[in-house]
Amino acid sequence: MFLTLGTIGTPERPATDLGFLLHKHPDNAQAFSTSYGTAHVFYPEADARRCTAALLLEVDAVALVRRGKAKGRGGAPDAALAQYVNDRPYAASSLLAVALGNVFSTALRGVCHARPERAAEPLPLRVEVPALPARGGPDLVRNLFEPLGWTVTAEPVALDAEFPEWGDSRYVRLVLESRTLTLAEALRHLYVLLPVLDDAKHYWVAPDEVDKLLRAGEGWLPGHPEQKLIVSRYLSRRWSLTRQAMERLELVRLAEADDSEVEQIDNAVAQETETEEKPAPLAVLRREAILDALRRSAATRVLDLGCGQGQLVQALLKDPSFTEIVGVDVSMRALTIASRRLGLDRMGERQAARVQLFQGSLAYTDKRLKGYDAAVLSEVVEHVDPPRLSALEYAVFGSARPRTVLVTTPNVEYNVRWETLPAGRPRHGDHRFEWTREEFRAWAGAVAGRHGYDVEFGPVGADDPEVGPPTQMAVFTLVAKEAKAA
Amino acid sequence: MTETQHQGRVLPVTDLSLVVLVGASGSGKSTFARRHFKPTEVISSDFCRGLVSDDENDQSATRDAFDVLHYIAGKRLAAGRRTVVDATSVQQDSRRQLIELAREHDVLPIAIVLDVPEEVCAERNAARADRAGMPRRVIHRHVRELRRSVRHLEREGFRKVHILRGVDEVEAASVVTERRFNDLTHLTGPFDIIGDVHGCSAELDALLGKLGYTDGVHPDGRTAVFVGDLVDRGPDSPGVLRRVMAMAAAGSALCVPGNHENKYGRYLKGRRVQLTHGLAETVEQMDQESEEFRQRVREFIDGLVSHYVLDGGRLVVCHAGLPEKYHGRTSGRVRSHALYGDTTGETDEFGLPVRYPWAEDYRGRAAVVYGHTPVPEASWLNNTVCLDTGAVFGGKLTALRWPERELVDVPAERVWYEPVKPLREEAPGGRDGRPLDLGDVRGRRAVETRYAGRVAVREENAAAALEVMSRFAVDPRLLPYLPPTMAPTATSRVEGYLEHPAEAFAQYAADGVARVVCEEKHMGSRAVALVCRDADAARGRFGTDRVTGALYTRTGRPFFDDEAVTEEVLGRLRSAVDAAGLWAGLDTDWLLLDAELMPWSLKASGLLRSQYAAVGAASGAVFPGVLAAVTGAAARGVDVAGLLARQRERAADAAAFTDAYRRYCWSTEGLDGVRLAPFQLLAVRGRSLAGLPHDEQLALLDRLVEHDGSGLLQTTRRLYVDTGDPESVRAGVDWWLELTGRGGEGMVVKPVAAQARDPQGRLVQPGIKCRGREYLRIVYGPEYTRPDNLARLRQRFLNHKRSLAIREYALGLEALDRLADAEPLWRVHEAVFAVLALESEPVDPRL
Repeated sequence: MFLTLGTIGTPERPATDLGFLLHKHPDNAQAFSTSYGTAHVFYPEADARRCTAALLLEVDAVALVRRGKAKGRGGAPDAALAQYVNDRPYAASSLLAVALGNVFSTALRGVCHARPERAAEPLPLRVEVPALPARGGPDLVRNLFEPLGWTVTAEPVALDAEFPEWGDSRYVRLVLESRTLTLAEALRHLYVLLPVLDDAKHYWVAPDEVDKLLRAGEGWLPGHPEQKLIVSRYLSRRWSLTRQAMERLELVRLAEADDSEVEQIDNAVAQETETEEKPAPLAVLRREAILDALRRSAATRVLDLGCGQGQLVQALLKDPSFTEIVGVDVSMRALTIASRRLGLDRMGERQAARVQLFQGSLAYTDKRLKGYDAAVLSEVVEHVDPPRLSALEYAVFGSARPRTVLVTTPNVEYNVRWETLPAGRPRHGDHRFEWTREEFRAWAGAVAGRHGYDVEFGPVGADDPEVGPPTQMAVFTLVAKEAKAA
Repeated sequence: MTETQHQGRVLPVTDLSLVVLVGASGSGKSTFARRHFKPTEVISSDFCRGLVSDDENDQSATRDAFDVLHYIAGKRLAAGRRTVVDATSVQQDSRRQLIELAREHDVLPIAIVLDVPEEVCAERNAARADRAGMPRRVIHRHVRELRRSVRHLEREGFRKVHILRGVDEVEAASVVTERRFNDLTHLTGPFDIIGDVHGCSAELDALLGKLGYTDGVHPDGRTAVFVGDLVDRGPDSPGVLRRVMAMAAAGSALCVPGNHENKYGRYLKGRRVQLTHGLAETVEQMDQESEEFRQRVREFIDGLVSHYVLDGGRLVVCHAGLPEKYHGRTSGRVRSHALYGDTTGETDEFGLPVRYPWAEDYRGRAAVVYGHTPVPEASWLNNTVCLDTGAVFGGKLTALRWPERELVDVPAERVWYEPVKPLREEAPGGRDGRPLDLGDVRGRRAVETRYAGRVAVREENAAAALEVMSRFAVDPRLLPYLPPTMAPTATSRVEGYLEHPAEAFAQYAADGVARVVCEEKHMGSRAVALVCRDADAARGRFGTDRVTGALYTRTGRPFFDDEAVTEEVLGRLRSAVDAAGLWAGLDTDWLLLDAELMPWSLKASGLLRSQYAAVGAASGAVFPGVLAAVTGAAARGVDVAGLLARQRERAADAAAFTDAYRRYCWSTEGLDGVRLAPFQLLAVRGRSLAGLPHDEQLALLDRLVEHDGSGLLQTTRRLYVDTGDPESVRAGVDWWLELTGRGGEGMVVKPVAAQARDPQGRLVQPGIKCRGREYLRIVYGPEYTRPDNLARLRQRFLNHKRSLAIREYALGLEALDRLADAEPLWRVHEAVFAVLALESEPVDPRL
């Protein structure tokens, strides 16, 4: 982790004044110990014309791995914590910002007893950060620094020169130049914006982070065009603490066993990326359509199969005609969020008796799902690999066999109407397929025939004359045996 | 034996039953129970009263005490254990509850009445401190109620009633345990179980001939077992009855009743029954027979037992199938289920009752062989098989040889009777993709393995496995195995090394393994390949459509998103198997292979880019500036000598890291550049090959690689080492140094004999990995070789990883054995699922 901070001097104002301003003598190399390793300050060049200070943080990667006592056996570190192989020793992450704050704390406050007048006036500055992790890329780097009076050079760093097809890394080589800022301003910009660009998940953040942000952002943050992003990213690191606590370590380990990233498998809970949510509250329309259909079927005991974060369960709870509501999902993370959303642990006994959440899977038959009036599969089938749809079909229509089954799924024909959705791309990264109206009808018709159901179809959302509605719904009704025998 | 005991009454008591002692307070029930039953068989109401109230005579606790008594008795009966209830039970209401309990658990209720004079009871109670205060009227009432009840006990539902009158008879009586009629566990056969005959006597004769019977007798002493429905619809029911009755009388056949015998039996007894479903034909044919024959048939049918448990409990034969909880039980509903099966209450379009697919739910260890539902082909489902192949409808007559599990059949001579509805295309739950049941994998479980006993799976690990299995894995039918994790070698003390083969050789030497094979560790991703000879073979064995196998990762995910690419890889593998002649050589039409697929970058590209290449990019970007800056400061005379030296080393370490991961990456175009290195043949039809010694394994795989014309397959280099010979061990170490010196990942050391055990008889590690010094940078970080880092890293803990490796290995072997034994899918899946669950246990991921 490394950055340099240089200035150009004139005979009246020698560049070496930088040493006074930083409170670090240019002829010495100084070392400061921090909780992550040793911070070194030294000057590669220092004369009247040019003076550059370098801050080098030597991270102790082995010490960074926390040795969990409770987790694992024999004090071995657990999966998610064992991050020996990471960029922290090299990239200018939030740890460097912390070191900057510690080592140059006086300069950061703009205090300089030896040269008080110089501390208060702008000086020509050149900051170089050779490896800056920048989520958002060079464009965001420019958007963050340019409004503050910096001339920005941000060059992307290739991931690996030997594999040009891999493209760029998330690092940029950053050079900032300015003649209009004081040193303290420059340091405070770096102190806030390095972690904002880093935007990493797992760094510890002190609880007084809001105060720190307010102090360091004084004078420049309030008017910044990207203020919202800066604040939310800076503080989102606090939120990520809770996220980390929720992370399912078991899934992290399974991802690791398979040389993949946990995001690839722990993705059941969408991070509100559905394109469809933005232009129209389609999710709301969908829930209304489902509630309507359930009321028409006179169902009182309802399964929400693939309940996700429990929005439909919540809506069902508001209608007392639904006396028993069961939310089932395969994702424990989704169930945790659903349970929190519903406030299950604070709910009154009578209400709580109406609702149940448990882990289940439609790849298996499940005796617990038998005997209900209706089952809802809202935006579920498209998350199942086509070869395994027959298992879902049997689990729902053959084994659980409720009187009514509602299935909603995207209508892929409608995708051309989403302006933000690139052609041919599914609406959600985990969609294994998206059906046309004809494909959905063919599947639903065959399922109904095989299992003794009648099926009707309906639109959810505005029914476009050309491409149909955004979401399609099928209502399956079990054919009464007496009717058939007659 | 004393004289009196000889003269006493002998009371037969069934081995699985609910025995109710009936007698007044002080009649000697507890003494009687103690004398004739095991202490744990007896539950007394006094004892239960004490449990709930601390006072055995607290009458206010009676209701709770009986709740407890019924609960315990219920648990015992559910577990199949005879239970004796020691309470007065003189009131009809209390006996009714016990009879209901017996029925609920499908066991016989038996009453033993101790009818002792009131004076004797009173005398005995007076002699007991805790009962001295019992009013005489209580005993009087007991005795009166008992006398009133005695005559009605059989009508109340007791299947056996023993009444002992007077003190002497009670004293002299003895109890003898009787087997249930359906318990023939002592008969081990071998058996030939024969499906529904329905009066097809010519076909029966043909089948018996084919099975090797002459005149109803088998020269090897085999026993025929008929699953019932001998009569109705067909041309010669009397002939069939004559044959079967003769064999049964001669002891060469057993027979359980079908619903058709049952109905004909009722007809013979003069009950009103409808002459439908082919009964009219039987009646007409039997009218030609003598009255004496009809009488014998009536007795024969009367004596049939609803089902039999045979061969040490491994085999259950009945007419219409039987869930496990009914095996060996005795009640009306067990008989009814055995005769008619279970129905859903619905009727189908032909007006026939819809049968409940009980076999899909069946999870029992005993094989259930039955008939009743005509199917085109007999096929196993969850350890059950239906042998009714519709002989009378022009199908065939089928028998199952037991314990060989071979099916033998003869075709029907003609359609003897037109079926009301066509034979079902598929056996219930057969090959139509019906899923597994969640109950078989969910929650905390213990999986029984033949190699390492019970392996426990914790609930949170099962939950994680469920998520991955449901959302990402290939079809479970194509996922008969998941590879176990592997432990690394003990930590090395050699300077500069964290792992070194010397420890691996030493560990095997200590385990008593003399010969090991060192196999090169390929630099890719683990892949399991299931390759079938063609789509038909895949359908026949694994029940899937379209595909010819699967290629999946160590967590069961398909290796390629595109099914066509998978098929292309399988196609190339198949060509190599063809050319090498391995189908015939191994007598199979499918193979399960453990392999490594390269390059690593093919699957792990996401991880490579976000983690490994990122580290390379960041370090590559930062060090030129750092070194220039520190050099500049040094040139100015600032004392940074130590810092400069250290930064140069760190830059070199980072460069070495980048070199290390780059070796596992190369560009591929379609399948060009993709390599597959098989290193173990796991299973073929009917056999697990996990125990095949590795030298034989490698010889087979070499043949496969040699015959690959596509450039896909890659050989596994190896070296054999004698762990007791220092010269050989040195050669092994040198081989590893040379391999890893050229940038290789390392090697895996395995006992040549495959499934090896240590002198204590425990499984030894199936393999130990020794990873190269440079490769470990990818695992432990670029700077792990710095002496201070190594010193800290050497304190790693291997025991949990080793134990996990053994448990997963045992589960993998178990899955392969279950696959080989053609056990039901859920049994194979149970073990595979457990491997996946264990993979989510907390263990140092760098090991």
